[in-house]
Amino acid sequence: MQNFEYLAPETLSEAVNLLAGNEGQTRVLAGGTDLIVQLRQGALSADHVLDVKHLPECNELGYAPSEGLTIGAAVPCHRIYNDGAIADAYPGLIDAAAIIGGIQVQGRATFGGNLCNASPSADSIPILIAYGAECVIAGPQGNRRVAVEDFCTAPGKNILEKGELLVALHLPSVQKSSGAHYLRFIPRYEMDIAVVGAGASVQLDEGGKMFVQARIGLAAVAPTPLFAREAGQLLSGKEVSEESIETAALAAQSIARPISDMRAPADYRKHLVKVLTRRALLGAIRRARGEFVPNAVQENGQ
Amino acid sequence: MSNASKNGNGNGKYKVIGTRPIRHDGVDKVTGRAAYGIDTHLGGMLYGQILRSPHPYARIRGIDTSKAKALKGVRAVITAADLPPSEADEVLNLVEGSFRLKDLRSNILADEKVFYQGHSVAAVAATNLHIAEEALQLIEVDYEILPHVDDVVAAMRDDAPLLHEDLTTKEFGEDTGKNSNIASHIQFKLGDLEKGFAESDIIVEEEFETASVHQGYIESHNATAEWKTDGQLTVWTSTQGAFGVQKQTAAILGLPVSKVRVVPMEIGGGFGGKIPVYLAPQAAILSKKCGHPVKIVMTRADVFRSTGPTPSSYVKVKLGADNSGKLLAAQATIAFAAGAFPGSPVGAGAVCVLSCYAIPNGLVDGYDVVLNRPRSAAYRAPGSTQVNLAVETLMDEIAVKLGMDPIELRLLNAAEEGTRRVDGAVYPVVGCRETLEQTKVHEHYLAPLSGPHQGRGVATGFWMNAGLKSTVTANVNEDGTVNLMEGSTDIGGSRASIAMQFAEVLGLPAEAVNPMVGDTASVGYTELTGGSRVTFATGWAAYEAAQEVKKILIGKAALYWETTEDEVRFEEGDFVHSTDPEKRLTFKELAGHLVDLGGPVVGTGAVDPNSGVGGSFTTCIADVEVDPETGKIKILRFTMIQDAGTAIHPSYVEGQMQGGSVQGIGWALNEEYFYNEGRMQNASFLDYRIPTCLDVPMIETVIVEVPHPDHPFGVRGVGEASIAPPPAAIANAIYDAVGIRLHELPMRPDRVLAACLAKEEAEAATANG
Amino acid sequence: MNSKAHVKTTINGEEMEFLCEPRQSLLEVLRDDLGLTGTKEGCNDGNCGACSVIIDNVLVNACLVFAVEIQGCRVFTIEGLASPEGLHPLQQKFLENASLQCGICTPGFLVAAKALLDHNPDPTEHEVRHWLAGNLCRCTGYDKIVRAVLKAAEVGRETTAPAGSSN
Repeated sequence: MQNFEYLAPETLSEAVNLLAGNEGQTRVLAGGTDLIVQLRQGALSADHVLDVKHLPECNELGYAPSEGLTIGAAVPCHRIYNDGAIADAYPGLIDAAAIIGGIQVQGRATFGGNLCNASPSADSIPILIAYGAECVIAGPQGNRRVAVEDFCTAPGKNILEKGELLVALHLPSVQKSSGAHYLRFIPRYEMDIAVVGAGASVQLDEGGKMFVQARIGLAAVAPTPLFAREAGQLLSGKEVSEESIETAALAAQSIARPISDMRAPADYRKHLVKVLTRRALLGAIRRARGEFVPNAVQENGQ
Repeated sequence: MSNASKNGNGNGKYKVIGTRPIRHDGVDKVTGRAAYGIDTHLGGMLYGQILRSPHPYARIRGIDTSKAKALKGVRAVITAADLPPSEADEVLNLVEGSFRLKDLRSNILADEKVFYQGHSVAAVAATNLHIAEEALQLIEVDYEILPHVDDVVAAMRDDAPLLHEDLTTKEFGEDTGKNSNIASHIQFKLGDLEKGFAESDIIVEEEFETASVHQGYIESHNATAEWKTDGQLTVWTSTQGAFGVQKQTAAILGLPVSKVRVVPMEIGGGFGGKIPVYLAPQAAILSKKCGHPVKIVMTRADVFRSTGPTPSSYVKVKLGADNSGKLLAAQATIAFAAGAFPGSPVGAGAVCVLSCYAIPNGLVDGYDVVLNRPRSAAYRAPGSTQVNLAVETLMDEIAVKLGMDPIELRLLNAAEEGTRRVDGAVYPVVGCRETLEQTKVHEHYLAPLSGPHQGRGVATGFWMNAGLKSTVTANVNEDGTVNLMEGSTDIGGSRASIAMQFAEVLGLPAEAVNPMVGDTASVGYTELTGGSRVTFATGWAAYEAAQEVKKILIGKAALYWETTEDEVRFEEGDFVHSTDPEKRLTFKELAGHLVDLGGPVVGTGAVDPNSGVGGSFTTCIADVEVDPETGKIKILRFTMIQDAGTAIHPSYVEGQMQGGSVQGIGWALNEEYFYNEGRMQNASFLDYRIPTCLDVPMIETVIVEVPHPDHPFGVRGVGEASIAPPPAAIANAIYDAVGIRLHELPMRPDRVLAACLAKEEAEAATANG
Repeated sequence: MNSKAHVKTTINGEEMEFLCEPRQSLLEVLRDDLGLTGTKEGCNDGNCGACSVIIDNVLVNACLVFAVEIQGCRVFTIEGLASPEGLHPLQQKFLENASLQCGICTPGFLVAAKALLDHNPDPTEHEVRHWLAGNLCRCTGYDKIVRAVLKAAEVGRETTAPAGSSN
């Protein structure tokens, strides 16, 4: 690994100034579970590494039922799933947080880093999209907010400009009769990168019979994580039924344009999109109806 | 059968054997104190790194190391020019086979050509690892890229790119003079094949392919070398055989073995992959150039790209049976990808393929094929797993076609004492039938399956086990304990199993024996830890050493009682005066008098038992559930029933069976070298998917004990056979669950799904037609 | 730039200071500079768990932490598991159950299992397997490891059970 300068600013303005003013390549370090590997392999280079774990804004984990959830960009997965209130309110997030790497990786890895790394197969992104999460970005010109589905631009690329920093993710408050679920397909039962991932959130009517709205996010089926906008929209106002779910799953499948690689052939991935979208929707519906759907940690979970 | 016992109780014949003491090296290993090869640290030590070829096949036009040498902190850079020149026909005979010295040297540092992605090209020593790494990027290699071949069937074709201009095919041991990637063609024949098939009522025949898999030990290859100015070289390394490293390193460097001392450090897994030498010669030359010790540890990616995968294989098998299920004829064609240099275990595969059954007529052809992949290495029962998939899948097909219970079919044909194998060997007492009998009555085999898309499969496997040479030296301490110096690297608890055999002879508790693994300068010649041989052969040497100690101590007791040796008996761990039974000395009491009785008591056992008598048979039961929408397989329940001969330490016998089972499960489902354009795409533990603990259930075991007829305690060796049958058992379980036959490993989810969909389509077509 | 950083930290309860380059991982510093080689290197990319350590009560892979990041942190390694009085119940159960063969993954498993039992003293088999999925073992097939962790949990519950409830 090339040597670099380690920077650990304690205020956001200091961080932004360093990011904007430094010459050469500055890489942002949160959990480091992607960055350190990429630097070691030579896939990325760095003249400076800027650790955001000392910035209060990046460490915030705030939840209020009326306000929604704020996850600082440096908050590791384990803090999210060990917070009972958050786990109750956003079980779909926990589905993802509990399967990113092993427990050791979850001790460090952050949703913010997972997003900035912009891998098409990132497990956290489909469910953030499904929850309608926004990115809070600080920069020399002040803060801006961007929908998660608009953040990644290509494998390993995102919309951050020089001097900009992802500070936090914000999830809107949870509506009544709503539920969400994320699942991915991997050949083993842990530790793999998603072959396909699907996250869904649904809001049902009070009787749990009709979709009020739905959002679906997909991983590992395109150069960036996908927001299957139409697939979700097709469900609005529809009855919860095998047919409506199948229609949405087919719509999600239609926008998938996966590649073949060592993890799976493209046609197989395409097939899985439909299966996983259906299963994610079914899990979200059950949760919206107050039923128990296990995550990976819970018995009978995957 | 009458002399078989079950679950490692040793028939109640023994006091120490069959018990489960805590292993002697245990505390060091649970506290982090045990020093493995990667933990070696010497004063003034430099760090080495290896530059490896990015290309699968290329001619090296030139190497410019000047920029690397100029980097601050770099102390030496070496290439093939720093190795002694090779004669074309110099051969080094090793336990694991005979190899051309020029091939061994080329694998250490490539000279004219690189033969695979990951082939070592140059090495650097620097003051720290990061500088060494930076230096690698400054070495300029001018490659002329050549068309490569990385598929075993393609490599055998006449128009395939040739790897070695001087390699000619050996046909049945004779050099044909024909230039080809087929290094050798071997053949075994028994009976009259045509007649056998003509008399068969049922014939099944299929082709199978298996991907290359890696041993996947968690400790990377490593070597630390110090070449002192007196010309004496010391190597600290993780190896399955210190004397093998000594011999290989000395030959590659052109030194007499006496100039090389190898210190075997604790070893973090091997499974056959830590028999070859990959780093010691480079570390040695770098050390010679710098005048400092040099340590090299491979990166995990280099471990995958440059070391020991098992061969990928093509196997075609045809079986013929009569309507009762009796096998009448069998034919097998086996091609193994040896990698860049000849030497795959195709011979072992050819022995194992038909080894479980009595088949009167057989023909086996085996091909050792070179291609542009890393030189293959042994992996647990090398060659057996690939061929087992084929035969055991076809046995299942026969059982289904005849409507027979698959265990009954196997029992009907089971190999037993007197069965002649296709390679000509005749079995002495073996435990094939006993494992099948135990399977038939096992609760797992009788339990119902519990849901849809679930299935159960069985398969039987074999490994011949090795004997080979071992030395043990015992020194009796005056407090009644014994220091036991042995030469076998302890890769999984063998210190305990060797010490226990020693203790059994002398009636000592296992804890009174202190086993230690010696280096090449402190213990007698001992061959590798492999071939399921250590508990068998080194244990035998310990038995011999104990006999010698006993004999000497009888003499000491006679001296003590001022009588003759024939007046002293050894009984129940005590030395007893035959005619004056009041006179009785425990081992400890007698040891306490040694200083007065003429001093040291040293016993030595040096053995070379006949290799492979009987071997080990094993049968497994696998329950799976198939997700018909994704093709994903879940292992619901798994049981391994193996003949271990006498189980010395049953916990570690179970451990071998469980470990082999899970490696077999990994091979069956997810492990593979995934190549694209001759380059391995998945060289990490992220994408080379060995099973995690969530992928497997508890692994149930039944130790069947059919004692080895010649071994003093009946030990057979247990380490390897368990890896062979899991893939076939799982394939048969998948067939039972969803009615599809897979003929290719790994049985990845996408392949399972494709086969399920193809079956649905075919059924729909039949229904519509 | 690129001069060595001065790091003050606590390792296994002892205050320590060291100098390191920013590019050095915690694993490299522990093993090569501080002589704490009980923490093993298996893959150096976060996929095997052999280098498991606990930092401020959180289980992590030491290969995926820069040493400069542990300024002011409390680090726990395998060397801290046994006390002068004897082995930790996990270590004892690993020995009694033959849960190690080559032993290279053992320190990582023990540290990970300690973190599990600190966090969940009464895990189910599934919870043990899920927690330990980031630790690879190639020798044992996991059976005896999982059993040892479950048995150590029992011991832990017995020794911390309120008076009168032991049976």
